[in-house]
Amino acid sequence: MNNKIRKILPQLITLLVVVLIFGFFTFNAQTNMASRGIDFGFGFLSQESSFDVQFSLIEYDGSHSYARAYLVGLLNTLLVAFIGIIISTIIGVIVGIARLSPNYLIERSAAFYVEFFRNIPLLLQIFFWYFAALRALPLPEKADPIFGVFFLTIKGLFVPAFIWNNFDIFFYSLLAAIISIILIRNYAKKVQENQGKQIPVLYISISLLLVLPLLTFLIGGVSLNFEVPVLKQIAKTSFIYEGGLGLPPELIALTLALALYTATFIAECVRAGIQGINKGQKEAAASIGLTPNQVLKLVIMPQALRIIIPPTTNQYLNLTKNSSLAAAIAYPDLVLVFAGTALMQTGRAIEIVSITMFTYLSISLFISILMNWYNKKIAIKEK
Amino acid sequence: MKKLNFLKPNRENLSTYLYTGTFLLLMSSFIVFLNAFFKVNLTSFLPGYVDFFLPLVLGIIGLHLIRIEFSGIKKLDLLNKNINTSTFNAILTLLIIFTIIKSIPPLLSWFILDANIAGDTKDVCTGSGACWTYIKIWLRRFIYGMYPNDEQWRINIAFVIVIALGCVGYFATERFKKFLTLYYVVIYPIIAYLLIYYLISGGSFDLIWVETGAWGGLSLTFIVSFFCLIFCFPLGMMLALGRRSDLPTLRYISIGFIEFWRGVPLITVLFMSSVMFPMFLPQDFFMDKLVRVIIAISLFEAAYVAEVIRGGLQALPRGQYDAAKSLGMGYWKMHIFVILPQALKLVIPGIANTFLALVKDTPLIFVVGLLELVGMLNLAKTNPKWLGFAMEGYVFAAIIFWIICYAMSRYSYNLELKYKTER
Repeated sequence: MNNKIRKILPQLITLLVVVLIFGFFTFNAQTNMASRGIDFGFGFLSQESSFDVQFSLIEYDGSHSYARAYLVGLLNTLLVAFIGIIISTIIGVIVGIARLSPNYLIERSAAFYVEFFRNIPLLLQIFFWYFAALRALPLPEKADPIFGVFFLTIKGLFVPAFIWNNFDIFFYSLLAAIISIILIRNYAKKVQENQGKQIPVLYISISLLLVLPLLTFLIGGVSLNFEVPVLKQIAKTSFIYEGGLGLPPELIALTLALALYTATFIAECVRAGIQGINKGQKEAAASIGLTPNQVLKLVIMPQALRIIIPPTTNQYLNLTKNSSLAAAIAYPDLVLVFAGTALMQTGRAIEIVSITMFTYLSISLFISILMNWYNKKIAIKEK
Repeated sequence: MKKLNFLKPNRENLSTYLYTGTFLLLMSSFIVFLNAFFKVNLTSFLPGYVDFFLPLVLGIIGLHLIRIEFSGIKKLDLLNKNINTSTFNAILTLLIIFTIIKSIPPLLSWFILDANIAGDTKDVCTGSGACWTYIKIWLRRFIYGMYPNDEQWRINIAFVIVIALGCVGYFATERFKKFLTLYYVVIYPIIAYLLIYYLISGGSFDLIWVETGAWGGLSLTFIVSFFCLIFCFPLGMMLALGRRSDLPTLRYISIGFIEFWRGVPLITVLFMSSVMFPMFLPQDFFMDKLVRVIIAISLFEAAYVAEVIRGGLQALPRGQYDAAKSLGMGYWKMHIFVILPQALKLVIPGIANTFLALVKDTPLIFVVGLLELVGMLNLAKTNPKWLGFAMEGYVFAAIIFWIICYAMSRYSYNLELKYKTER
């Protein structure tokens, strides 16, 4: 009896406290909103937003709704996260492996990079790139082209745009190539398990990935043109690039800072993963006659990935959440567009802040569910 | 003398290879050195690409020649083993050396040689280097924010006392050691709060009231980090215990709380504390901006601390719990005397990382209009009298933050070594 009370009482008390706090907050919110004449609801989402966004992946202007503005912000956030994840993974893996290099100078340089970028606040780095480094770039009319087609100016990076003909055929061929690669991989795995033969999957997949889309150029009527940005004068001292694809400096500064910062953490994850593999594994693999490449591919990497992937996914998540710092340099991401401009205009603090938080929360939960699933898949199956 | 085979250096003719190789290596570094420091190009008579790649080629050949296994010379063997194991490594080594040589002169000239620090107006900064005058003039603002100049001694004194009280743990005698936890968790925060309230904020004892909006700069960074550190640790510990508790309600509430805070970015949390939170409070109830921010960051970081501590709790073998229970210890006794001391020892690196993240996150409070160091920099940068010195400001702040964070991570590393126990 005593035991039961001891179990139920703390639970009841916490529950009561939580309910009371929430009740207090809701009651206050209701009275506050009633006194200000606002009613709770999400109807405002379909109203006309009447503000412009500088950089948007989808068509958007002031006549569209707040819901569309939300979508614009969300896509911009995802864009930064996507580019940042790719760059940071590349840098992180290289630096992580470099930290294990037998070459003293390389190891020290990699360590210097990690210690340097990890210990400076991300916001400061973003400000540095945006306000100090990128401001030192030339004006559009004075920029020298890089490789003849890229223009890095104070107004952003201008790259040639792709102009596709029959893009859908190209896309389907790419899809077909990917599907066949997956099938071949499974087949190769089965062959290896049954007969011990190794099929060079990598070469086959690379050639498939190259040949199939190339074929569409020859047969399918797909063609690709480039539209090179051209300098154009709009006023006496004001120049602009027309055509091509313009990446705003905010985007460049943000992705650069995010990638360089997150790469240090990924590098540490990679290093820890490779170091976490027992030395005996390497020696055992070498002693049964595997080549160094095979040792890395078949023995070290599969085990190291098990250690590397969970913390690295966490870093990807952090990168996505950190991309909200965009608001500080006015890159129109979810926080700036929705929790900034839209909130100022509508004054609906509770709805907008909860939608924003809920969005980030669902991105996080989605990625962690994926991660858990993958973790379970690659976990060591013990008997 | 045996035949020289330059493709395969060996121990015969050791000195020939060694001298030729070293000469070529020094030559290549010398060319780069002259080029970087004196803008002299020794090899300008060569065609473009050859001229550009000559130092690299010379260096590769030089390193190749001195790559002699078991040469019998200790230093050479060490050198070969560390930076010269293969041609690929040699190339990387040379590239790194050249980059270092190349980057010294511009950095040196920007930081010291062409920089200005004298004078007190923008006009003295004529050189192409940094303008440290800007930092010198604005230093008070960067450290104390908008706090009135005549009152800044109050911040200094408060900080000195808080630090001195924080060091009490080192001098405590055996008799008082058992009260240290109580002191740090309960008494110390209260004293610190009172100090900051009465000394820095003022308003009584003949001290002028300084509103929190005027606080700023590095001192605000420290105040925010300090209070958040103090609050988030016990809170995180409670949450970690809650998440591992047998009582379902406690467990689910803890899980929900932790996952919620870990899933949202700090900037939205600060947004919430500034625009949404006031809606949840009674109308006549006023809570200071700084207090709201500290609460928000503490709750946010507590979730991370909780996850770190949970990792430590999970890493402990079950036997520790069973042994403690078999001695007749209750839940609290077991955790305080057996489990937590071991678990916390295990997670020192993780906790240090979380605290580092907290310090690095403090600049985000610009969202609610509080200007700590980075915020002050942005304000100073837009001052019409001092336009165009963004770089100096950011470099200054970067150096300060780097020193703080690096010192913290070194300290945590030492702690980790100190408390490491074999099991």
